[in-house]
Amino acid sequence: MSAVADHVHGHGHAHDHHGGYRGVMRWITTTNHKDIGTLYLWFSFVMFMVGGVMALVIRAELFSPGLQVVDPDFFNQMTTMHGLIMVFGAIMPAFVGFANWQIPMMIGAPDMAFARLNNWSFWLLPFAALLLILSFFVPGGAPGVGWTLYAPLTVQMGIGMDLTIFAIHILGMSSILGSINIITTILNMRAPGMTLMKMPLFCWTWLITAYLLVAAMPVLAGAVTMTLTDRHFGTTFFNAAGGGDPVLYQHIFWFFGHPEVYIIALPAFGVISQVIPAFSRKPLFGYASMVYATAAIAILSFIVWAHHMYTVGMPVTGQLFFMYATTLIAVPTGVKVFNWVATMWRGSLTFETPMLFAIGFLFLFTMGGFTGLVLSLVPIDIQLHDTYYVVAHFHYVMVAGALFAAFAGVYFWLPKWTGRMYDETLGKWHFWLSMIFFNITFFVQHFLGLAGMPRRIPDYPLMFETWNKISSIGAFGFGLSQLLFLYIVLKAIRSGEKAPEKPWEGADSLEWTHLPTPAPYHSFETAPVLK
Amino acid sequence: MAQGATTPHERQAHYWVPAPMPWPIMGSIALFLMALGAVFVFNSLRAGWVSLAAGSMLLLYMMFRWFGDVIRESEGGRYGRWEDVSFRWGMSWFIFSEVMFFAAFFGALFYVRVLSVPDLASITHREMLWPGFEGHWPSAGPAFEEKFTPMAAWGIPAINTLLLLSSGVTVTIAHWALKENRRGMLNLFLLLTILLGVVFLGLQVYEYGHAYAELNLKLSTGAYGSTFFMLTGFHGFHVTVGVIMLTVILLRCLAGHFRPDHHFAFEGVAWYWHFVDVVWLGLFVFVYWL
Amino acid sequence: MATTIHCKSTMLRTAFAAIALAAAGSAGAIQSKYNLAPPVTAIARDIHWLHWMMLIICGVIFVAVFGVMFYSIWAHRKSKGAQPADFHESTKVEVVWTVIPFLIVIGMALPATKTVVAMKDTTNADLTIKVTGYQWKWGYDYLKGEGEGISFMSRLATPREQIEGRQAKGEHYLLEVDNELVVPVGKKVRVLTTAADVVHSWWIPAFGTKQDAIPGFIRDTWFRADKTGVYRGQCVELCGKEHGFMPIVVRVVSQEDYTKWVGEKKKQLAALADDPNRPWTLAELKARGEKVYAANCVACHQANGKGAPPAFPALDGSPLVLGPKEKQIDIVLNGVVKDGKPTAMAAFGKQLNDVEIAAVITFTRNNWGNQTGDAVQPAEVKALRK
Ligand code: HEA
Ligand code: HEA
Ligand code: HEC
Ligand code: CUA
Ligand SMILES: [Cu+2]
Repeated sequence: MSAVADHVHGHGHAHDHHGGYRGVMRWITTTNHKDIGTLYLWFSFVMFMVGGVMALVIRAELFSPGLQVVDPDFFNQMTTMHGLIMVFGAIMPAFVGFANWQIPMMIGAPDMAFARLNNWSFWLLPFAALLLILSFFVPGGAPGVGWTLYAPLTVQMGIGMDLTIFAIHILGMSSILGSINIITTILNMRAPGMTLMKMPLFCWTWLITAYLLVAAMPVLAGAVTMTLTDRHFGTTFFNAAGGGDPVLYQHIFWFFGHPEVYIIALPAFGVISQVIPAFSRKPLFGYASMVYATAAIAILSFIVWAHHMYTVGMPVTGQLFFMYATTLIAVPTGVKVFNWVATMWRGSLTFETPMLFAIGFLFLFTMGGFTGLVLSLVPIDIQLHDTYYVVAHFHYVMVAGALFAAFAGVYFWLPKWTGRMYDETLGKWHFWLSMIFFNITFFVQHFLGLAGMPRRIPDYPLMFETWNKISSIGAFGFGLSQLLFLYIVLKAIRSGEKAPEKPWEGADSLEWTHLPTPAPYHSFETAPVLK
Repeated sequence: MAQGATTPHERQAHYWVPAPMPWPIMGSIALFLMALGAVFVFNSLRAGWVSLAAGSMLLLYMMFRWFGDVIRESEGGRYGRWEDVSFRWGMSWFIFSEVMFFAAFFGALFYVRVLSVPDLASITHREMLWPGFEGHWPSAGPAFEEKFTPMAAWGIPAINTLLLLSSGVTVTIAHWALKENRRGMLNLFLLLTILLGVVFLGLQVYEYGHAYAELNLKLSTGAYGSTFFMLTGFHGFHVTVGVIMLTVILLRCLAGHFRPDHHFAFEGVAWYWHFVDVVWLGLFVFVYWL
Repeated sequence: MATTIHCKSTMLRTAFAAIALAAAGSAGAIQSKYNLAPPVTAIARDIHWLHWMMLIICGVIFVAVFGVMFYSIWAHRKSKGAQPADFHESTKVEVVWTVIPFLIVIGMALPATKTVVAMKDTTNADLTIKVTGYQWKWGYDYLKGEGEGISFMSRLATPREQIEGRQAKGEHYLLEVDNELVVPVGKKVRVLTTAADVVHSWWIPAFGTKQDAIPGFIRDTWFRADKTGVYRGQCVELCGKEHGFMPIVVRVVSQEDYTKWVGEKKKQLAALADDPNRPWTLAELKARGEKVYAANCVACHQANGKGAPPAFPALDGSPLVLGPKEKQIDIVLNGVVKDGKPTAMAAFGKQLNDVEIAAVITFTRNNWGNQTGDAVQPAEVKALRK
């Protein structure tokens, strides 16, 4: 990273911080990237709670065979909304929150390129979430079709389906606007001397993620629009009687859906690439190859989508093509894993909470990657498709992957954001409880899937009982552990110890080297000079 | 590696970071009301119209005010070269997202033409599910019993192609005039562009009427009707938006806005117009002609 | 055999197979608790083998990578006085750890390719059966081969009482059906799948056979079971409310038993064939209707006829059920279509015969609080069929 040329501490606070608006209106109208980042992060945590409670309803029903807690229809609604809310409401906004806080600070920019648009990108989200939640209260309830919204089951749903479709439109708008903003910021707002190949890797992963979002979200918008017209205006995109095909929906959805899983994973990779070097006190190993690997993953992610559809009855050439393309993704992802390990190699390691979560990420994400690779082989996937093995796979990459990375990031940057330290002991507790309960919840789901338990069922044959009980217990433990996280963050903000200027010895990006702690409301009104 | 989009000496010291404002939240509320209203209307709940209308009005008001602010800032000289580059990136990526939106519908068109319709007419499917289905494109699918006539390419659609292509030329001439500071010519060619767009839309409306009234070609006419109307419909919607934007630009030109070296709004709209043009070429070839 | 994988190192293969066998536990087990169901087809065996291959390769890489990481965590910690090295790049190792994984993944995909090709080969079948997914039951039609013409529906046989916890759960809870699919052992069975309403998916784990059933399309797959026994699976594509309750049971029997079964089944079907032309008494219709209702309607309208409003209307006290017969016959025959789109109330005209429809309507009109006293005759239904 560029050497420090001069510190730009304590620069002008001449003009009004909050532009004349006070109280709630400050948050509603703000154009400041830090405020907006904070909004994103809190929003995503609230959504994580909501989606998590839904997961607990699912796990409560699955605690024993038979129907005890909810009826099957409501169970399907829970599954659907849990998936949608976690993906679009919790994980994606969390990383956009990180992008907002960090990217301008990391590249030496005064703010995001389009500050007002940034505000809109955020404020679209609560209204989209409201539409989603509202769908529970209309006749027929929320759609019970799975987060993948497969046709033609969607045609049978009630008003809740339409609310969900519009919610997705608005979520998509938010993502596209946010991404355009991020791309523009990174391409156009870097401080002089901050060349692309000197940017912290987090900025690179977001640049590429934003590209994926701009390319993929409009396709999802198209898919749900066709669903809407099939439902109400007599089109037959997904109806064989009119020459369409339900499988067409799946193709369009997964053309979005597979890039989407990397949209979730890449920013997590970015956070990990900041945290591991900092606590290894050693620069990231193979920076350039990390950039190329990220780009390779992004490109490959557009040609593997049909690995979610091996059982629809594609021609054999199609199956083979998608199988080979999918297995290839292991190569660039492997490069990343190897580079992270090589960064730790012969470093000077310490294990504060961010590092613990980063190591937890590395270990468990790789496991999830391996199960993904197992699923990528057509014959095995035909056996395991739509079973709990798949559920286990994607929770390993999304919970132990993306979510753990988000925790690592929060602990890592909280001192910079708030000027306060979190409680290290409690942080370690949070990590170990999460780690243990996560594995209790999801490791056994591999067995369930292998042994033949389908996903999206509210009740199951008796032989699956033991593992389901264990999994449900783990889920409640995992959920409770997250209350500890909330407590730690609130405690740090309200009464945490004052953070030192640079709490992490090995951290070397601009926000640590060129800005005071906590970061001032306006960071780089004039660009820092880098050499 | 290149220095990014701007070099240091091109930059002014400060980037323009706008003050807080209420328009975004107003836009969100507007979209929320519109979505809610649309959902109700689609499910035959009359009250939805109220919400839909209120939302639309709020959205219009919000755009009016937001764009108003931006125009004032621009004319007030707030935007330098640095901001200008941001706008260029922003508009380019926005157009890219629009391209991907159309890609989804073109994808659907290719899929039904190349895969699902022929498949439904394959021997197994004909024997077991869809007796007698021929599977020739244009097709409305195996269960569609009425007769319909597909839209011919060499009538109105060909004329429309000419119209849009010429409008691409006129808007380019207008741009050239702006750069040469020949305001009369600028206004004239901008007006011409708008007129060409309006005529295009008029013909499109006529064509739809013709399709419904005489060809028995409807949105519900199976795969052909679905892809035809959704693709041309979304395109028509984009032309409409383009015409509105061009009109705003014309009004601004008449008000004396823009300088030969500072007119990104004009260029952004021109890019958008070219994009709409290119999509039309795709439509003409794959929807009407082949 | 076409589906056998040729592996360069037979030693390796034997080793994998041995582990597979050991882990599968007692031979003949129908289910496993940790692993894939013990295979009874060549394809399922290939899948088993591939899975072990993947597990072992990934396991080895996992141990190697994290061995390095944990060594580093142990040896290179600051508390032990480790000083950070400052290397941070090496094109050589980058190339090595790009190329080697590349070769490994190709090595994984190659044996899988053979199995994929074998799975897709549905030619030369001895028996062809069409499987139709309905919300929420399976329809089987024997199209070609011995047993041609046999056709029946197969529904969950587990009583609601067990599901709702009012009765102890049986051994095959949720995995039992009223009519099992019966096939001969050692014969290649081609399965054609389609669906009447939404996408379903037909899966028997022990066969390694899973194929989505897509409305309006025919897709196919095949299996050849080489052991007699009863094999159970479930619908694995979310198909609405009762998706968890549409099991699949295949009974694989010896050739003689199969021939016997075909004979019996044909006789039984002939006897069952309802005679729509004779008049039926109210009592007969009600008795028959109760069964039809339990099999087709309870899922939505509930046993007590109260439905689950607003999604599923009550039939008990419904003005429609108490009103003119023709309207109700029309609804059950043709379903309810609103604004041009079908509702969950599907058309039963194709699934049920005239007697069954007449019976179920009679039942709903003379049960719970509904006491119209009408007997709807099969002939009336027949007359209203379009
Ligand atoms: C963060 C999200 C995320 C990520 C990163 C991934 C990563 C991968 N996924 Fe996953 N996946 C999902 C989220 C994700 N997935 C979700 C949500 C679903 C289900 C959706 C639904 O149906 O609801 C799913 C489903 C899914 C399926 C379909 C299963 C089915 O429904 O039948 C498949 C099949 O191929 C698959 C494969 C892969 C592969 C090959 C990777 C690879 O990218 C993994 C690569 C990583 C590694 C391999 C590990 C590290 C590598 C090394 C250490 C190098 C050395 C290794 C070797 C040489 C072997 N995934
Ligand atoms: C990144 C996304 C993400 C995240 C973080 C999670 C988190 C969790 N998921 Fe998620 N899950 C998905 C994405 C995600 N999931 C997707 C996409 C699907 C597929 C949906 C579909 O099939 O359509 C799915 C499906 C899915 C299923 C399968 C459902 C089915 O097939 O029917 C299950 C079952 O166990 C499950 C469980 C859990 C659990 C226990 C957690 C836990 O990690 C959650 C923990 C969090 C909390 C519990 C909330 C915080 C705590 C509190 C609010 C305090 C109160 C707590 C107590 C009182 C204990 N998920
Ligand atoms: C998949 C769920 C489902 C199944 C199975 C089902 N129905 Fe229905 N039924 C519905 C729904 C939903 C409606 C309401 C349709 C509407 O008006 O929107 C309905 C409406 C009806 C009505 C009209 C009631 C009224 O008051 O409007 C009758 C009669 C009826 N069903 C009879 C039957 C019979 C008889 C069967 C079994 C042969 C059956 N249904 C099976 C879902 C189902
Ligand atoms: Cu049928 Cu799930
Ligand atoms: Cu994928």
